[in-house]
Amino acid sequence: MSLGKILAKRIGYGLILLIAVVVLNFTLITIAPGDVADSIAGDMGGADAEVLAEIRSRYGLDRPFAVQLGRYISSIAALDLGYSYFYNAPVTELILQRLPATLLLVFSSQILAIAVGLLLGVMAARKPNSFTNLIVTFLSLFGFAAPVFWTGILLIILFVAIWPVFPVGGMMSASLIDAPWYEQWINIAYHLVLPMVTLASIYLALYSRLTRASMQEVLGSDYVRTARAKGLAENKVFYKHALKNSLGPLVTVAGLQFSAVISGAVVVEAVFSWPGLGTLALQSILARDTPTIMGILFLSSLVVIVVNILTDMILRMIDPRIRAD
Amino acid sequence: MKRILKTVATSVATAALLATPTMAEEPKKGGTLTMAIQQTPRHLNPAVQSGTATGQPGTQLFASLLRYDEGWNPQPFLAETWEVSSDGLSVTINLVKGATFHDGAPITSEDVAFSIDTVKANHPFKSMFAPVETVETPDANTAILKLSKPHPALLLAMSSQLLSIIPKHVYGDGQDPKSHPANSEGVVGSGPFKLVEFKRGEHVILERYENYFMEGLPYLDRIVMRILPDESTRAIALESGELQMSGFESNPRNIVRLKKNGALRVSSEGYAAIGPVNWLAFNTKGEKTSDPKVRQAIAYAVDREFINKALNLGTAPTALTGIHPGSPFYDATVEAYDLDIDKANALLDEAGYAKGSDGMRFALSVDYGWPAMKPYAEYMKPQLKKIGIDVAVRSSADFPTWAKRISTWDFDMTMDNVFNWGDPVIGVHRTYSSDNIKEGVIWSNTQQYSNARVDELMEMAGATNDSNKRKELYAEFQQIVANELPLYPIFASPYHTVSSTSVGNAPDSVWGTSSPLDRVYLK
Repeated sequence: MSLGKILAKRIGYGLILLIAVVVLNFTLITIAPGDVADSIAGDMGGADAEVLAEIRSRYGLDRPFAVQLGRYISSIAALDLGYSYFYNAPVTELILQRLPATLLLVFSSQILAIAVGLLLGVMAARKPNSFTNLIVTFLSLFGFAAPVFWTGILLIILFVAIWPVFPVGGMMSASLIDAPWYEQWINIAYHLVLPMVTLASIYLALYSRLTRASMQEVLGSDYVRTARAKGLAENKVFYKHALKNSLGPLVTVAGLQFSAVISGAVVVEAVFSWPGLGTLALQSILARDTPTIMGILFLSSLVVIVVNILTDMILRMIDPRIRAD
Repeated sequence: MKRILKTVATSVATAALLATPTMAEEPKKGGTLTMAIQQTPRHLNPAVQSGTATGQPGTQLFASLLRYDEGWNPQPFLAETWEVSSDGLSVTINLVKGATFHDGAPITSEDVAFSIDTVKANHPFKSMFAPVETVETPDANTAILKLSKPHPALLLAMSSQLLSIIPKHVYGDGQDPKSHPANSEGVVGSGPFKLVEFKRGEHVILERYENYFMEGLPYLDRIVMRILPDESTRAIALESGELQMSGFESNPRNIVRLKKNGALRVSSEGYAAIGPVNWLAFNTKGEKTSDPKVRQAIAYAVDREFINKALNLGTAPTALTGIHPGSPFYDATVEAYDLDIDKANALLDEAGYAKGSDGMRFALSVDYGWPAMKPYAEYMKPQLKKIGIDVAVRSSADFPTWAKRISTWDFDMTMDNVFNWGDPVIGVHRTYSSDNIKEGVIWSNTQQYSNARVDELMEMAGATNDSNKRKELYAEFQQIVANELPLYPIFASPYHTVSSTSVGNAPDSVWGTSSPLDRVYLK
């Protein structure tokens, strides 16, 4: 099959998936007892029947479910994510305000996890009975076992309370709103360290184990033996021949994990008060702010679908065997 | 006129009193106060949005007509003087001269009338200004409120976040004030601080308004309100000095820990007006809970002292009635239902629920709506087993789920926390009034309690300005509801304001951090 055909097929599947995500989630949110009017009343310390009725009619919540769903789908089709009931602002605006923070967190933690995971995995594979291997085993056990919020709180206690080197949360010191951009960026990087490390910790474990296992497998294969036999330098065998071939599983998993990274970001953002999509998602879910929840779900499914397609394409690039199929 | 002189005299006296401690420590001008608020406000305009998230930044941005001190005494604010007519049907307000909005336009009686109309039409607490029929504006500095009946809650309803004075030339442009763009961006306020930036999920940054109408105030250059929903994060930030103040701290463990820190001041003052009372509510139309004897038995079986010692670690004041213990109308002489298991068992026997062979009488469920209420709901299970009631704890996924269940009367018992909001007329009547049994409305009379005498007492207490008379009426009211027990009050929320010792004049008035922080300074 040609690349174009495959791409078209993938995009087609992606669209079906998107529609399913929208319909399912909208249904689930709407059939749950209570609605945004109740949560607004709760936020305000109470309200009377008129106020509640007014909120419901303003947002069309008193309409039949089918009408509400139809309206939502037609507005999504027109690429309009709607208007947040809770924050009185367009959902697109709310999401765009938060998106950069989440992307920064997600991508930086993934880069960190892949880079360090790869390094540790390779080192461990090279010397299977070494101290490095022990560290990798320990880190991966820890990373798998420790819930991400717990790691986050632990890091806060260590590096904020006991040994205060990092700020407790947030993305940038408010005192810098008038400062030049480079000062702001340095400050953001400083605030990024702990949440990035926390989010990376789970994937670091996964990636290092994966690299080690696939490296060990490749190193035992015939062509590596051949390469060594013909007298190639060990480093060349290792990095040029073995490493490239063991990257496949890592790329696949990293791509698959992307959706998990986004959900992990929700937790990390809550712990570190990181002003990203995760905190917005959490608040909107608690407030039953349907348009905002739907907007975030729509966008994150879109991102996951795109990343999965990209993963496919990257795999085809690094592994000629897939291209051949 | 006598009244005017009196108010001026008391305010001068209080000003002198307030001035004494500040003499010893000269307040310093300048500096940035970093404090926490716990959630992103929907927007920043308290005239059309209640709640503490909007109230804390909102009271910095918008001034009200009056403010209150630590002892529930009204103080002049935008209103320089105010006079209630002897029949209680008219209130004359003289505005302070020279006050301006943040865009420089003068604050006039037109704006006051507009603000009252807006609040009356849009604010969720309809009882605040319901008796106000018209607001006359004979001149730019005078507003006269005409009432249909004496309205004792009016002065409190003119303070703090309950009546924000908003500019007519901004909000009167025909757009719906509830979704007006100026509620969140480019806010034109009347208070001590103006808006620099509101970033949802991140912070609200406020800056001193140079032409603020109170001479020499505010002391602070800036207030940064960081939005920090996580209580452990806030506690650590307070300890590390990253935060200098945080209100509404209510986790007993954190409060006990922070109290041990010498660099922090932990105060329970400042929550009497908000008046949060926690209780175990009964569905008085429930199959078992419709019997007052069953409700009383449960109250005798619940050990309030254990809850306050073991669950609240001594941080929460005891509450015996639905009126907050900090209110002048609180009656501490009502039946307290101190722990008495024998009496509880006897009451249930009397009610006709004999113990079965397994020692149990019947089953009930107890709800809770948000995580902080969970320990209290769970405590009911082992405790009520002692009197033969098999309690099932029912949790709700989120607040709307719980609100739906309770407001449609699909419950036996629930833990709840309801705010008084200043005067009982605003926040207490709604819980007991038989007019307010409204399906689908949370924090209405969800107990479905109805007693003609109680209705009558509330109505009388809500229609007289004589505070001694009101005390009597509310005392009788509290005695009745304590006996019939539609709900069993347990404690007042352990709200505390935590501030660094470097913060001077920490807000201890009855409105706490939901009041203008214009006198707060950094040492």
